Amino acid sequence: MKSLKNHISLIIALFTVLASVQIYVAVDRTIAAYETRLKDDYSVIVVANKAFTAEEFKSMSSMIERSEPISTAQVLDRLKGEMSQKNLDLLRLTLPKFYRIYLNRYPSPKEINNLQHLLQRNPSVERVEGFAQTHDTIYKLMLLFKNVVQVFSIAIAAVTSMLILKEMRLWQFQHAERMSIMALFGAPVWLRSAVLFRLAIVDAIIATIILSFSFFLIDYYGFLIAQLKAIGISVQLFDFVNDAIRSLVIALGISITLTFMIVIFPNEEK
Amino acid sequence: MDKVIIAKNLSLSYKEFETIISKATFSIDAGSFVFITGASGSGKSTLLKSLYGAIEPKQGQLTVGGVKMNRISTSKLNFLRRHIGIVFQDYKLIKEWTIEKNVMLPLIISGYTSDVSGTQVQKLLGHVKLIHQAGKYPLELSGGEQQRVAMARALAHNPILILADEPTGNLDEYSSSVIWSLLEGANSQLKTTVVVVTHHIPETLSVPYKHFHIDAGNINEIA
Repeated sequence: MKSLKNHISLIIALFTVLASVQIYVAVDRTIAAYETRLKDDYSVIVVANKAFTAEEFKSMSSMIERSEPISTAQVLDRLKGEMSQKNLDLLRLTLPKFYRIYLNRYPSPKEINNLQHLLQRNPSVERVEGFAQTHDTIYKLMLLFKNVVQVFSIAIAAVTSMLILKEMRLWQFQHAERMSIMALFGAPVWLRSAVLFRLAIVDAIIATIILSFSFFLIDYYGFLIAQLKAIGISVQLFDFVNDAIRSLVIALGISITLTFMIVIFPNEEK
Repeated sequence: MDKVIIAKNLSLSYKEFETIISKATFSIDAGSFVFITGASGSGKSTLLKSLYGAIEPKQGQLTVGGVKMNRISTSKLNFLRRHIGIVFQDYKLIKEWTIEKNVMLPLIISGYTSDVSGTQVQKLLGHVKLIHQAGKYPLELSGGEQQRVAMARALAHNPILILADEPTGNLDEYSSSVIWSLLEGANSQLKTTVVVVTHHIPETLSVPYKHFHIDAGNINEIA
């Protein structure tokens, strides 16, 4: 019962670290999905006094994915009843060229400013409208949330690692008799400590399984996904193979590293 | 004759200022059977501990199995201990392990294959009359039986030296006789050096032996 309690302590501690990392990954993934959606809807409007080809625009910035001219025919058609054909022809000749520029990623406000300056350096470009002020509030909130989660994850990892270290000292104390007997017969440190490594590895695997199963259920039942869909985000919160492997590597990394620390700095007698 | 243990002006102490053995000079030949006696608290067990490196010499030199014990490194100490069999008064068995695995411990540490270890363990458990108890745990056995297990463990890896600290101190007559006959057998048949710390030297011992007595920190050989 006591042993089970010790196992549970370590499993919960490892699960906490893994869950905080997985939440950070899920938030990051959600923001990436939202960025893709925003990117598809977002474009920069360029007003120029000469015609530009798509290649010319692309050569101005690596962020530019494609461009398309905005037709002026609809505006001119609307003026047909109010102006003479001669004036309309004159207007058509003097009217600047309008382009819609699409980017390969959703830009930050700073990137929009840089792009505007870059485009305006061309003497033929008269005006650039980046719509920086309409940058999405939800997106900014998400970035804030991501940063908070990141800080929170680091804090949890630090505190939990200290708890795990204490737990392992307890294990070492529990197995001290066995380890000292093995030492009397010349067992090297790694062999004496094999029991600690075995416990650490087993608990890391159990913590990963619990984490994977929990996030799989969250993903499967989709109540969070439904909420995200409501704000136009379609995302997979838990990638069973990749996320489970990453979690296992993290759990094993933490538990084995901390066991090494216990073994390297032991409180033992010769 | 080769010396397994050489002590020159050896002083041992537990604390900085409390000397237990003072400037002792003695040697033990390979293949000999040695008793160390003395009153309680005279330093018998302390001397034995220094022979397996649990206590470092305070002064003087101590060599065991050709290995200098002064400021010995952990790897050298482990190497030496893999060639020594130790029997303790309190048995020091691993209670989470079966009897069979306890006896196997020195063989596991020395890297023997499970086939070799298994055969050796079965043979030794037969010698100590505990073959039927192989799957049990130490706390399921009597004190005498546990000491016989400890004895089998000490012999498992054919050590060059057996160190025994009051091996029959708490045992019944039958278990004591088994322990002594195993120690005698190891000494006479395998030429293993045996050093036993005890209060009483058994009268029925059939092998020749040396006797060191510790008194007031001095070690004297008794003819």
